[in-house]
Amino acid sequence: MSLYGTNNEEKSDLNKEESRFIRQRSRKLLGSLLLPLRARLWLAVIMILFSTALRVAGPALIAVGIDWALPRAINNDLMPLWMVVGAYLLAAAVGAVTVYFFLTLTAKIAQAMLFDLRNRMFVHTQKLSVEFHERYTAGRVIARQTSDLESISELLSGGLSELVVGLTFMIFTAGALLVLDPISFLVLACALVPLLILTRWFQVNTNRGFRAQRVASATLIQNFVETMTGVRAVKAFRKEKDNERHFGGLVETYRKLNARLIQLFGIYDPGLILIGNATVAAVLLVGGFRVLEGTLGIGVLTAAILYARRFFDPMEQIAIFYNSYQSASSALEKISGVLQEEPSVPEPENPVVIHRAQGKVSFDSVHFQYATGDQVLKPFSLEIPAGQTIALVGTTGAGKSTLAKLISRFYDPTSGVVKLDDIDLRDITNSDLRREIVMVTQEAYLFTGSVAENIQLGKPGASMAEVEQAAKAVGAHDFILKLPNGYDTDVNKRGGRVSSGQRQLISFARAFLANPAVLILDEATSSLDIPSEAMVQKGLKTLLSGRTAVIIAHRLSTVAIADRVLVMEHGSIIEDGTPEQLVAAGGKFSRLYKAWRESLI
Amino acid sequence: MQKSELGTVRTLWRLVPFARRALGRISLGIIAAIAAHLVALSIPQFLQNLVNSLVDGGIDALLPAVGLILLLGVLEALFVLLRRWLVLTPGTFVEADMRNTLFAKLQDLPVAFHDRWPSGQLLSRAVADLGLIRRWLSFGIVLLIANFITLVVGLIILFTYNFYLGLIFTVASVPIWIVGFKFERKFGTIARLAQDQSGDLATRVEESVHGVRVLKSFGRGGFAADQFASQASELKTTEITKAKAIANIWLYLILIPEVALGLALFAGVWFAANDQMSVGTLVAFVATAMVLRWPTESLGFLLGMTLEAKTATTRFYEVLDEPDLIADPKSPKAIAEPKGLLEFHDVYFRYPDASVDSLDLINGVNLRLEPGQSVALIGLTGCGKSTLTALTTRLYEVSSGSITIDGVDIRELTRWDLRSQIAMAFEEATLFSSSVRDNVLLGSSEKSESDLKQAIEIAQAQFVYELPNGLDTAIGEEGLSLSGGQRQRLALARAVAANPRILVLDDPLSAVDVDTEAMVEEALRQVLTKTTALIVAHRPSTVMLADKVALMQDGKISAFGTHKELLASSAHYRHVITSLDEENKQREVNL
Ligand SMILES: Nc1ncnc2c1ncn2[C@@H]1O[C@H](COP(=O)(O)OP(=O)(O)OP(=O)(O)O)[C@@H](O)[C@H]1O
Ligand SMILES: Nc1ncnc2c1ncn2[C@@H]1O[C@H](COP(=O)(O)OP(=O)(O)OP(=O)(O)O)[C@@H](O)[C@H]1O
Ligand SMILES: [Mg+2]
Ligand SMILES: [Mg+2]
Repeated sequence: MSLYGTNNEEKSDLNKEESRFIRQRSRKLLGSLLLPLRARLWLAVIMILFSTALRVAGPALIAVGIDWALPRAINNDLMPLWMVVGAYLLAAAVGAVTVYFFLTLTAKIAQAMLFDLRNRMFVHTQKLSVEFHERYTAGRVIARQTSDLESISELLSGGLSELVVGLTFMIFTAGALLVLDPISFLVLACALVPLLILTRWFQVNTNRGFRAQRVASATLIQNFVETMTGVRAVKAFRKEKDNERHFGGLVETYRKLNARLIQLFGIYDPGLILIGNATVAAVLLVGGFRVLEGTLGIGVLTAAILYARRFFDPMEQIAIFYNSYQSASSALEKISGVLQEEPSVPEPENPVVIHRAQGKVSFDSVHFQYATGDQVLKPFSLEIPAGQTIALVGTTGAGKSTLAKLISRFYDPTSGVVKLDDIDLRDITNSDLRREIVMVTQEAYLFTGSVAENIQLGKPGASMAEVEQAAKAVGAHDFILKLPNGYDTDVNKRGGRVSSGQRQLISFARAFLANPAVLILDEATSSLDIPSEAMVQKGLKTLLSGRTAVIIAHRLSTVAIADRVLVMEHGSIIEDGTPEQLVAAGGKFSRLYKAWRESLI
Repeated sequence: MQKSELGTVRTLWRLVPFARRALGRISLGIIAAIAAHLVALSIPQFLQNLVNSLVDGGIDALLPAVGLILLLGVLEALFVLLRRWLVLTPGTFVEADMRNTLFAKLQDLPVAFHDRWPSGQLLSRAVADLGLIRRWLSFGIVLLIANFITLVVGLIILFTYNFYLGLIFTVASVPIWIVGFKFERKFGTIARLAQDQSGDLATRVEESVHGVRVLKSFGRGGFAADQFASQASELKTTEITKAKAIANIWLYLILIPEVALGLALFAGVWFAANDQMSVGTLVAFVATAMVLRWPTESLGFLLGMTLEAKTATTRFYEVLDEPDLIADPKSPKAIAEPKGLLEFHDVYFRYPDASVDSLDLINGVNLRLEPGQSVALIGLTGCGKSTLTALTTRLYEVSSGSITIDGVDIRELTRWDLRSQIAMAFEEATLFSSSVRDNVLLGSSEKSESDLKQAIEIAQAQFVYELPNGLDTAIGEEGLSLSGGQRQRLALARAVAANPRILVLDDPLSAVDVDTEAMVEEALRQVLTKTTALIVAHRPSTVMLADKVALMQDGKISAFGTHKELLASSAHYRHVITSLDEENKQREVNL
């Protein structure tokens, strides 16, 4: 079973080989994130070593204080005491200040990594093809980019530095103990065995749990996002109760998984404490005998006990952060899966550069089917000369939008070639292609932000004058001015602030501003009233001169400006010709046209 | 999103209603945590005896003492186990409970709320914030209180060892308080900022994903990425500031106890040298002070966590406190004999963010739809047709005037009741990522297979039978694996399947071809003979579906009558409905 990319990502029960594959992938990602930061990382390592060394010196200095300075002090020689205490304070101060700088440095490293990862995810999901988005669903992409990144951020900003501080602290403490009293060190070393066994147990058991938890949280988010997006329909159709039940189920699944993980942790953590305390007792026992024998000073024993105790001090913190480390690493696994996905519509390796396309579009024995379905476009060839305006009409579901999406390379044909100016679309870089071919999709999607920003999406950096000109050309200027803040009015999410016709006009103005060689309009005027549509048609006439255009419309009014009509049915082009020819030929189009004429007044 | 002025404690206190069930166990957990800490604190006491007896050279004392210390060690672990067992599971219930409550509240809040609130802000509240609160409840609060009490008890113990040494530590705690208070003020603001910014970032992510087709077709992925990066970098700056604040308090929390310990060491050795204190006591003192170190240091991030939990709670309550302006009436009426008479009486409405000097969008609409009558609503783009339809099911609430069904004001019906009388098809077909069946029947069990079939027939949506799994095919997120016309017809089938008294259809056939439109209309006519219908239309062909036409202009119904009558009498109607300017007509004639 392949785990490549996001395949089978729901699976949490992985065999050895599979989990190795996934771990390797996420480790590689981690490595690539750390690579640019390595200088700072080394600096951090040096700082932490330094500060921990200073802090670990504490108990040793106390031992010196009791075993060396105390007897001198009894003899009224306070000098050694001054020295010990002075050294202690100095070590503490420098140690603490270094910790401060270390913490800020690691925060910067962590944030730089997160920033990098966030951007990579964003850029990558934008690069992935529509086909991926359809399969993977928006909700899950959002979950990956929010809650999964959140859990990594939690580790990086909250935990990692403490984990490192704790670990180095433990290592240094053990080292100090080794220097101070090797026998006590051996006792401590023995304690590592149950420690490692316990940790391994925890790791194995939680790995699976955290994977399942990531999946559950993605499902939860997907459901949440979808409900909020469709809240009008939810209300109108009284789906609230059902939704609550369904969402409640998802919440409960997530809760159960979480609770189980936490319970595992609830065993791990006291286990660590138990091991720690038993070690202290053992050190005490072994040391006590030696003190009685006279081979060990009381001060050294005190220090040994302190070290042994302190060795386990950060354990609780470490356990907590190990926990969030586990959670973050399953999140990273999922993210690395998305990053491993390759666009099914890839960028060319040896692109053909185009400076200004003529706008000739041709299909060479193209056939197409969606990943999930039957053949949607039966094999066909078609040539659209540069500058021609095509009206594409036909029954709903015939494949018009699909054909349009092939021209704008949302998908690649299953077989055959789509060409622009006789160049295979697959050989044109994305930026060239998007400059030359623009499609106004059937769904007029607006982004949160002002009207002007939404229009400017067609040409980032366009001046206000250009924006207004585009709006005027499609007849949107008047209504925009009537909005509370004119062009600066926020259209709200998905453009909910404006009516659907207005939304279409804004999307239209956007395309106008983009000024491509080939323009595809998919039902771009379906929600407009007749006068506005007429206005748009008029604008189109000027816009389309010298441009190739494919206009998909059910209202045959578009035909008036078309040079040529294509009629589609069941995935084939069944009629092709000038409007006059087709009407005269008396086929489907002629019938449709007559019916439409009659419906007009 | 107004800033709350409540203090930390009072804000967190608001969690009590949700935490009630868990409160008992959390309190017990705190006690267990304190017990564990006290056991840990007591270990040095016994150490003291042990060391003193070692100094005296007694081997008899060693074994029992070690045994005792081991016992205490086991006890400490047991208490920790107990604490975790007590506290952890209830926390997850609180989180789940809050999440469900938030979800229900969000579904309940009016559409106007959703218009206003960015989606990412809701998402970050529902997921990240609640996770934070759970962690705080099952961990932060417990350790914060337990550590604090341990510190106090520890200080007292220090005093019992030696008054002056104890004093050193007490004095040393003063600057910690000061640092702590400063920290609270600063960190609270930054934590809030970080949460808001990550909500904004989530919004951008959400939109970039939902709008990926637009971004792709204009090739603006890179542009969006730049915008995203600049927003992410703001968050990065905030997070670094936040980390600096934590590092700062850590600095003091490490430094101050160490300095106190250094001073205490000096004094202790001096006391011991002058025989005012035994070596055993000195060892025990130092050991106790060491035990207290971790609780002190941990105060930094526990405090940080508490403040984050506070802002998360504030954010949560910003949604929960939102008044539900469109609620069910206290004593709802029921329509005794539903007939389907829909009336608008002097209805006024304006959106809250409309410009002040503009007229009301709906400016005194009077309209009466007789039972079984179908009325087409015609008007220019943006004149308020969709808004008027949304008023009928109280997606928005009329500002003044009233809408009645069979004489009952819709505000006197429960929303459930009202919306079972009226079924809508929106201009944008909102489908859900479930099966065709679920989308049409919406999970309603009272509907049979034949209702489903009939609805599909009427909406001419037979294409569903040809989908890979027929009626059980999952149609993908928002139905995007269907063609535009297919989506629209499914949404129509859904409205028809609800079999309501009143149908409200907002431009229901804008995305289907002429042939299909004719077929749908033909089938719909059957339904419309017994159902009252308000149909928003842009085309003459859709107008034909209706008995009467209402023309909307300047927020009013300016004309009402049959299509023919209005054509004859209303110039505005002719302007709206007749296409084809002169130039086009020319070409038409030539064809
Ligand atoms: N993403 C997809 N995945 C699978 N099948 C799809 C997808 N998009 C469309 N289809 C199917 O392909 C067929 C053609 O769809 P297309 O959107 O091209 O139709 P259309 O001619 O544009 O129709 P309409 O006029 O209704 O918009 C339909 O049967 C549809 O269900
Ligand atoms: N949520 C909202 N907040 C503020 N103003 C809004 C909101 N929704 C719509 N508007 C404004 O109210 C006016 C009417 O919108 P509405 O959607 O009712 O128009 P419509 O008649 O349905 O138009 P169309 O034919 O284009 O669908 C528009 O000018 C729009 O800008
Ligand atoms: Mg289409
Ligand atoms: Mg509308």
